Amino acid sequence: MSEFLQQLLNGLSLGAIYALIALGYTMVYGVLRFINFAHSDVFMVGAFIGYYMGKLVPEGTLWGGLAVLGVAMLGCALLGMTIERLAYRRLRSAPTLNVLITAIGVSLLLEYTGQVFFGAAPRNFPSIFPVRNFQLGGIIVGSNQLIVIAVSVVLMVVLQLIVYRTRIGTAMRAVSLNPKAAVLMGVNNDVVISFTFGLGSALAAAGGILYALNYPSIDPLMGVMPGLKAFVAAILGGIGNIPGAALGGLILGTVETFVSGSQWSTYKDAIAFAILIIILLFRPAGLLGRFTVEKV
Amino acid sequence: MLPAPIRRLLARGAWLLFPLTCGLAADPVAPIRVGQFASLTGKEASFGVAAREGIDLAVGELNARGGVLGRPVEFLVEDIRSQSGESATAVKKLIARDRVVAILGGNASTNSLEAAPICQAAHVPMIAISSTNPKVTAMGTYIFRTCFIDPFQGAVLAKFARESLHVQRLALLTSASASYSVGLSRVLRERFTAAGGEIVAEQKYAEGDKDFRAQLTAIKALHPDAIAATGYYTEAALICLQARALGLDLPIIGGDGWEAPQLLELGGRAVDGTYYSTHYSAESPAPEVRAFIRKFSARHDGRVPDAVAALGYDAMMLLADAIRRAGTTEGPAVRAALAATRDFPGVTGLTTIDAQRNPSKPAIIVKVEGGRVQFVAAVRP
Repeated sequence: MSEFLQQLLNGLSLGAIYALIALGYTMVYGVLRFINFAHSDVFMVGAFIGYYMGKLVPEGTLWGGLAVLGVAMLGCALLGMTIERLAYRRLRSAPTLNVLITAIGVSLLLEYTGQVFFGAAPRNFPSIFPVRNFQLGGIIVGSNQLIVIAVSVVLMVVLQLIVYRTRIGTAMRAVSLNPKAAVLMGVNNDVVISFTFGLGSALAAAGGILYALNYPSIDPLMGVMPGLKAFVAAILGGIGNIPGAALGGLILGTVETFVSGSQWSTYKDAIAFAILIIILLFRPAGLLGRFTVEKV
Repeated sequence: MLPAPIRRLLARGAWLLFPLTCGLAADPVAPIRVGQFASLTGKEASFGVAAREGIDLAVGELNARGGVLGRPVEFLVEDIRSQSGESATAVKKLIARDRVVAILGGNASTNSLEAAPICQAAHVPMIAISSTNPKVTAMGTYIFRTCFIDPFQGAVLAKFARESLHVQRLALLTSASASYSVGLSRVLRERFTAAGGEIVAEQKYAEGDKDFRAQLTAIKALHPDAIAATGYYTEAALICLQARALGLDLPIIGGDGWEAPQLLELGGRAVDGTYYSTHYSAESPAPEVRAFIRKFSARHDGRVPDAVAALGYDAMMLLADAIRRAGTTEGPAVRAALAATRDFPGVTGLTTIDAQRNPSKPAIIVKVEGGRVQFVAAVRP
């Protein structure tokens, strides 16, 4: 029983990170209807900003950790907005395929520029938050796992409030529903889309730092696998749907952890992608997504 | 002026003839080219960089003494970026374009297994540096190595765990995508059960994985006395960190894949209380070792070389010795001389090449304590 609870906790803390990254995929898809493959590399840049910032603040303090988190989120928000401005804006009226290919291009650009600047060898991420382990019955809860879950929950609540309780959130939903009608109603689409990229990238940065806290070896290609998993999580929950992305992330993280802890641990990634295929076969719109008929 | 296609054809033809003419009019002081393929970047970079530093030291020394057969030694390196598939490309390039007389490398067994058939087909001797999987030298008669092999290393580790650490229940954590780890785990399992111990868990992961909590939680539930993590140092450091975070305060043992300064950098205090087998100890009083450390430190501002650097140095010296005895750099002659190596005094021990082209030499067990690597025992074959 205690083993089951321990695995559940391990799975939830991994799933919370997938959920944070998946939110960025889903929000961009919501407003622009395309998959921003560069998102997983913004996640990597977030971890590296955290690495360099982590050297400036004293190790193992709560305020230091939160400051690093804040700076990385801000830095990545700017990066995300820059990518949108330089790479995607000109292609807004182009076919989706062009934007998709551009996204892959931006992704590779970030990865290999990262190798030039940061070097390809893995680096040790500093422990920016205080580290302590708690014994709860038979299970051991690490402070980092708690921080991951707490930060993820707070960010998801904040995101929900932004999207449903603010003017910019209303504008985001309007653009998502019908961009042309939104323009006619006086919404500045450029600002809304830029804001969406900023918000999604900030979440990716938070995900990057939380991931690096739990697995403190970072390198420029670290975003590839978590990015793919988060993409699966976004599809699983229903792409374009915010609670769906969170749910998808948690399910994927938990399933992956339970598979890893069993005899079939080598099939971990295969099972994650098998889930994607099965969902697409039986529920093409995802668990919480709504199926819409494309009008011609 | 000739039409462009013909000009291009002529240019290409001339280029093809170039190496041939070079071979015919062999310049007596033309450098002897030796190639290394290694991961200079990526997650196995520590091995490649250390091996290169060792080889570089040996080449410098040989050239200072007037080279080999009166010809200077030229050393070329190709980076395989810790990626599978790159070794084959790198070795083809070294042989076809750079016309090296021998290949040194690789480090990870997976990479050596990729390169070996190409060296064999081209009749270019290859000396693997730290590839301990037995299959490597079985790839062909031109494939040698300068390190001990996993059946020996596994036996040493099993004996040490059983007799010195008094382990009864051992849990195995294997990197399923590394030939090295799979082979070492298999030998360890056989030898450990033969010595009366019990393997209580066998968990697997893939190279590049970062989350081992699930596997470690499953292992913890079976209450082992020790864990054997048979993969490489990046994953080993993360395994130690996560094991300690889960409250697994037991000895963790590993093979020579742990031998890298990054193990201590990434793992920090979590790697305290771990043991691994390796090829040499910097604490050894042997004159070859002391001289090697002195020369290496002088060149790399006081840094102490690790085992892979020592193996790289030995590989180059072994090759130079064979070329000297062969009196030529022709592949078949060098191969025969390498195969006939007897009691060569290497930094990593007295080396004799056996019929399977493997050296027989002792293994060293070290312990990590207080952020330092300490010598525990030397085990002879």
